[in-house]
Amino acid sequence: MPLLELHDVHIHYGGIEAVKGIDLSVEEGEIVTLIGGNGAGKTTTLKTISGVKRPTTGSIAFRDKRIDGRPAHEVAGLGIGHAPEGRRIFGRMSVRDNLAMGLYAASARGSRAEHRRTADEAYQRVFALFPILEERAEQKGGTLSGGQQQMLAIGRALMTRPDLLLLDEPSMGLAPMLVEKIFDVVKEINRQGTTILLIEQNAHMALNAATRGYVIESGSIVLEDSSRNLLGNDQVRKAYLGEE
Amino acid sequence: MAVASEQQVGIRRPRIPSAAFGWGGAAALVALLLFFGIRHHVCPSNASAWVSFTITGLRLGFLYAMIALGYTMVYGVLQLLNFAHSEIFMVGSFAGLYAFKTLFGITNANHPNGIGGIYLAVVLAVGLLVAALASGGAAVIMERLAYRPLRRHGASRLAYLITAIGASLFLSNLFYLLDGHSHLGLPFNWPRIAGASPVDYPQVMKKVIVFRIAKVPIDSQTILIVAVAIAMLVVLDLFIRRTRAGKGIRAVAEDPETASLMGVNINGIVVMTFFVGGLMAGAAGLLYGMFFTQALFSMGFVPGIKAFTAAVLGGIGNVRGAVLGGILLGLIENLGVACTGTQWQSVIAFLVLVGVLMFRPTGLLGEQVGG
Ligand SMILES: Nc1ncnc2c1ncn2[C@@H]1O[C@H](COP(=O)(O)OP(=O)(O)OP(=O)(O)O)[C@@H](O)[C@H]1O
Ligand SMILES: [Mg+2]
Repeated sequence: MPLLELHDVHIHYGGIEAVKGIDLSVEEGEIVTLIGGNGAGKTTTLKTISGVKRPTTGSIAFRDKRIDGRPAHEVAGLGIGHAPEGRRIFGRMSVRDNLAMGLYAASARGSRAEHRRTADEAYQRVFALFPILEERAEQKGGTLSGGQQQMLAIGRALMTRPDLLLLDEPSMGLAPMLVEKIFDVVKEINRQGTTILLIEQNAHMALNAATRGYVIESGSIVLEDSSRNLLGNDQVRKAYLGEE
Repeated sequence: MAVASEQQVGIRRPRIPSAAFGWGGAAALVALLLFFGIRHHVCPSNASAWVSFTITGLRLGFLYAMIALGYTMVYGVLQLLNFAHSEIFMVGSFAGLYAFKTLFGITNANHPNGIGGIYLAVVLAVGLLVAALASGGAAVIMERLAYRPLRRHGASRLAYLITAIGASLFLSNLFYLLDGHSHLGLPFNWPRIAGASPVDYPQVMKKVIVFRIAKVPIDSQTILIVAVAIAMLVVLDLFIRRTRAGKGIRAVAEDPETASLMGVNINGIVVMTFFVGGLMAGAAGLLYGMFFTQALFSMGFVPGIKAFTAAVLGGIGNVRGAVLGGILLGLIENLGVACTGTQWQSVIAFLVLVGVLMFRPTGLLGEQVGG
């Protein structure tokens, strides 16, 4: 049974169909990447999994339960973490409060002492992955550099120890060295047991990190294969790896 | 070292010098006006007159601050100017009146000197609670009926504004009709709560002089107003900064979509924001009615628009800004009155509004919830 399964999902913005009936599945423990150019429908797909947007038709199942049409704040409590496109840090909150927001869904239930314990454990886990965030814990989120903000966005999504982590272009706008670092961390997060659905325009890095990949073009999946095969695929090499 | 330098970079805002310049200039202008005003005997020159106007200004200022919070919080979360908030304040005033008169049977006829002791504390506490809850409830109902349908359909800002004005007129006219007579040809008498003419507010707490500053008497009601206001403002500040719900409000104000990804129920936060803003306005309504000894269906208009001015002055969307703006506006207005006369009070307040909108539209502390 896949952890996440999309079946014939169509998504519209007003009258315009942005995603035209895609099928996609992610097995437990995998890193799966969804690559595609600008405006292909990647972010739209991810937002629909999180419940920020509703699909027009089709089904989305997480652990075999339908989640399509459920509002984002409910999906957040099911074990899906989302580091959105453009990081979307709360710039006026401290780094620590940004991370605390990651625990918002989890803090609805249970006693105060339990919350304290989960929170302590979550901060430790995230600070171990991104020591810089601990150094900057009291600083306002808006004052972090782009790379630090990306780390904060990922860390915030990891606070609840999600089963599935959705990453929307974590390498966007980062220097090559930082991109490498982010991808190392992504692999490390996966090794620690989190399944990852990774959206990227940087196909090279993404396919090297992932086990499998999907290629999306103007709202439709045009290719689906193991990363190794996609890296060797002529079409992919031409369109996404910049090779002739 | 690296940390310190990066923090400095973060704090640097290019707007500060020009802002400091603007406010410095404004302060200099005021100082100049006062200087010549006092020299040419337009403004009073004795200390007790100034103390007296300062006290009046603070008393009104704290009331403005309590009302301003509702404008600023709703704006922070929804970018909506809820002009019906002034009527939420009026509802609280009548609810407090109802509690005093009907629950406790206190009128000016049977208690011309008010009441005292523990009984007074109980009556005031219950009255404030009833007023706050009535306003909070009214605000929540208004959100449900008037604003939520607009949000569901993604209406334009103009539609919100027109709806807000409509809700405001509806509420004040509803209270105009609640006069114990039959209306609209309906075969029953409407409840007698408000009506066309002012309703006497029971004294409850006699205005006695508690102490003097520079010979200016400070009365018990002024102390009550300031004390209740400070207590509620402090609790609200803690609520927004420390609690889970407060964090939710701040997150939605900053980025609703991302907040919902974190598990924040936006509708829940919106309801909470209207409710909390209503609580503050309701308590203010009771204090206002008590101090000015009457309540009227249209009583919300002037304090409402002044509180809106206060919210803009402090930076609409900014909670501490609203408090600062309220107190400042009360002071500016009444110190201005010292030189010009009470007929100029509102002129001064709205000059402040126009001035802020022209020269610093983001207000003193800028637009942000919680800061
Ligand atoms: N809020 C919106 N309203 C209308 N159309 C939208 C909206 N958001 C996205 N679209 C359209 O939907 C299509 C898919 O957009 P989407 O953001 O999902 O692309 P993407 O694959 O994430 O691209 P990128 O790599 O540039 O982020 C685009 O044609 C875009 O113009
Ligand atoms: Mg995108």
